[in-house]
Amino acid sequence: MLPLYSVTVHSRLMLGTARYPSPAVLAQAVKAARAEIVTVSLRRESAGERAGQAFWTLIRELGVRVLPNTAGCHSVKEAVTTAHMAREVFGTPWIKLEVIGEDDTLQPDVFGLVEAARVLCAEGFEVFPYTTEDLVVAERLLAAGCRVLMPWGAPIGSGRGLNNLFGLTALRAHLPEVPLIIDAGLGVPSHAARALELGFDAVLINTAVAQARDPVQMAAAFAQAVEAGLAARQAGPIEPRDLAVPSTPLIGTAFRG
Amino acid sequence: MKILVNGAWRETQHAGLARALEELGYRGSVVSTAVNGEFIATSQREHTVLAEGDRVEVLAPMQGG
Repeated sequence: MLPLYSVTVHSRLMLGTARYPSPAVLAQAVKAARAEIVTVSLRRESAGERAGQAFWTLIRELGVRVLPNTAGCHSVKEAVTTAHMAREVFGTPWIKLEVIGEDDTLQPDVFGLVEAARVLCAEGFEVFPYTTEDLVVAERLLAAGCRVLMPWGAPIGSGRGLNNLFGLTALRAHLPEVPLIIDAGLGVPSHAARALELGFDAVLINTAVAQARDPVQMAAAFAQAVEAGLAARQAGPIEPRDLAVPSTPLIGTAFRG
Repeated sequence: MKILVNGAWRETQHAGLARALEELGYRGSVVSTAVNGEFIATSQREHTVLAEGDRVEVLAPMQGG
């Protein structure tokens, strides 16, 4: 059970909805992932094509909770306005807050992020900030009113996994009670399992599933990995050691003494 | 009157945002709007008067990560 503001979810795998080969594959992948939450966005709507209307119908039919994002926003003003627009269209106070500071890595502008979070939390939004593993930024986001954090694993879409293992581990240790969701950069299910083993509460996956040769099978694989990682965390992993420790008892070993 | 809708110049006969959206083909669509960077709630569209050159954003649900 994972509490996210006033909602409790079971699934530790959240799925992005972009870059799938088709709407049908997206729908199958969401089901295969057993995801309860999917991320969505807002884009300019053409009156002629009405692509957004068809997409929204598809998502509602899936019966999942939506987490709208402010992807593409580069300023506090853009992010706050987009959040207002998302709240109206999607009918949720949830917002995955992204304020992008650098286009090559899509690294968050953490200064703008904290400021936008402060504005939105004060207005009653339930903010899921896409941030780095920086401890001080995390503290500022919590002080601004955030109750969930979404640190990056690696740059969006890079598939590199948990880029700064030390920093992420320190963040987890520093904030043991705050729901932490690894957002962005995971490439394969073992990355997701590792995140859960380290104590992160959930992962958000998009590109790694959507761009796989078989997105539905990959979604199922991520679901299994997340379950395995959580179970392992709960089971209490052993600490790594530098030297061997015999697993077979030595007492009674033949040919000795 | 010419206004900039989603980055493209469009002609509208109506100064009211709600009527202008209908004229531009958005009748019945689930969309959210902003004028000159300011969010305009659905309930406020009737009371929002556009001026020549205004920048109107019309956004709808879309795939996102």
